[in-house]
Amino acid sequence: MHRGKGMKFVGDSRIPAEKKPNIPKDYSEYPGKTEAFWPNYLLKEWMIGAVFLIGFLCFTAVNPVSLEGIADPTDSGYIPLPDWYFLFLYQLLKYEYASGTFELFGNVIIPGLAFGALLLAPWLDPGPERRPSKRPVGTGLMLLATISVIYLTWEAVDQHDWEAAEEQGEILDEDDIQEVDMDHAGYEIYEEQGCIECHGEQLEGSGAAGPNLYDLPYGAEDIANISVEGIGEMPAGMFDGSDEELEIMSEYIEAEGQPNGDDDEDEDEDDEDEEDE
Amino acid sequence: MLQRIYDWVDERMDITPLWRDIADHEVPEHVNPAHHFSAFVYCFGGLTFFTVVIQFLSGMFLTMYYVPDIINAYESVMYLQSEVAFGMIVRGMHHWGASVVIVMMFLHTLRVFFTGAYKKPRELNWVVGVLIFFVILGLGFTGYLLPWDMKAYFATVVALEIAESVPVVGEMIRVLLAGHEELLGAQTLTRFFAIHVFFLPGALLGLLAAHFIMIRRQGISGPL
Repeated sequence: MHRGKGMKFVGDSRIPAEKKPNIPKDYSEYPGKTEAFWPNYLLKEWMIGAVFLIGFLCFTAVNPVSLEGIADPTDSGYIPLPDWYFLFLYQLLKYEYASGTFELFGNVIIPGLAFGALLLAPWLDPGPERRPSKRPVGTGLMLLATISVIYLTWEAVDQHDWEAAEEQGEILDEDDIQEVDMDHAGYEIYEEQGCIECHGEQLEGSGAAGPNLYDLPYGAEDIANISVEGIGEMPAGMFDGSDEELEIMSEYIEAEGQPNGDDDEDEDEDDEDEEDE
Repeated sequence: MLQRIYDWVDERMDITPLWRDIADHEVPEHVNPAHHFSAFVYCFGGLTFFTVVIQFLSGMFLTMYYVPDIINAYESVMYLQSEVAFGMIVRGMHHWGASVVIVMMFLHTLRVFFTGAYKKPRELNWVVGVLIFFVILGLGFTGYLLPWDMKAYFATVVALEIAESVPVVGEMIRVLLAGHEELLGAQTLTRFFAIHVFFLPGALLGLLAAHFIMIRRQGISGPL
């Protein structure tokens, strides 16, 4: 750096008037095949970046992001799940010795030790040796931690009921709701017996609490049985009316709320048949 | 023409030394995949940064449509991904990019650990790197709530319950994040939005700058 007398500046500023050469450093005497970052290496790096970006965009284009129904704090039946990269912490809290009375282990001590050790690794492993095989304790602990994280994530994914999760978050489309015959005696019983609470005003269901009752794979008798005995998460004893009422209602549900057969589609088909003749 | 503009600015600002500081640094043979294919493990740090840049850019475009309140948040995300041209692609980049950042950062951490690159004199850079790790996890956590759909809401309910169960400071952390002792609502959403869009990205930029200045001063660690 130029010092002392004879320095020239641009105007009254502190910018030196002398021009410096704008040329890259010479790496020819550096060890091995060292090359300059700019522009030699950067051009190659950009190619890797471009391939990576194209791959990423293709993945994004074929995997639309899911959006579930709008948040409804009253839906107590919802099974929560964090994003996949928090699953290992979430899974840890499910084990007996990391929850309940041992909660402190799961939420503070184990994660605290793991992340604290990660942060302080340079001081926990201060030796000069860099090769993994020459520092077996550090290498072993890191491998153990990595395997644990992968195992916990795997277990969390394995234990989650993905089918139920997909159903509970589904957005109810207006097209999915069918108009039912609300003047029918069956509907009255359906309402009185409280089925409507979980299965909806139009039998359309309500997220996690109850599925819709369209297109059920059961006959009227099975539906009657389920109403009394329950099925899956539906408890027994939901229905406490007379046998007659039960029969009317289960037939009504079997007919998907249209017991008089006034289904528009069917009528249209009939019309077409007549025209063909 | 460009040269004359450069010279005009250089005469007044003396930017040549600055530019040479940025441009001139060596890429040693042992980290260059062009010479040793196995050196691709040295790409994970760069790919993490590249994806973080994608996150910043896609996030900036998302905020042009997103509204952080409990009535409109969900609707604005729905509008963005179903009506806006390429809205689904931009949201997809931000959503999947979050996962890619985590994966790349994890691989970068493993590479630095197993090559022993955190040892003297690079201890401070390791600490800054782990702090970046925490900030990124925080960004993933706060960003997950913003679409305000069922999975976002209930995942956050559980996370706040876990935070609350931490002794001594748990209650404080919960109130700081949620804005209320019991409820998770309008306040929570605006707080998560502020943390996700202003606090953590600001911290991330500062930490990244420190990370890069340190690696430039010290150089890449040598071959094993």
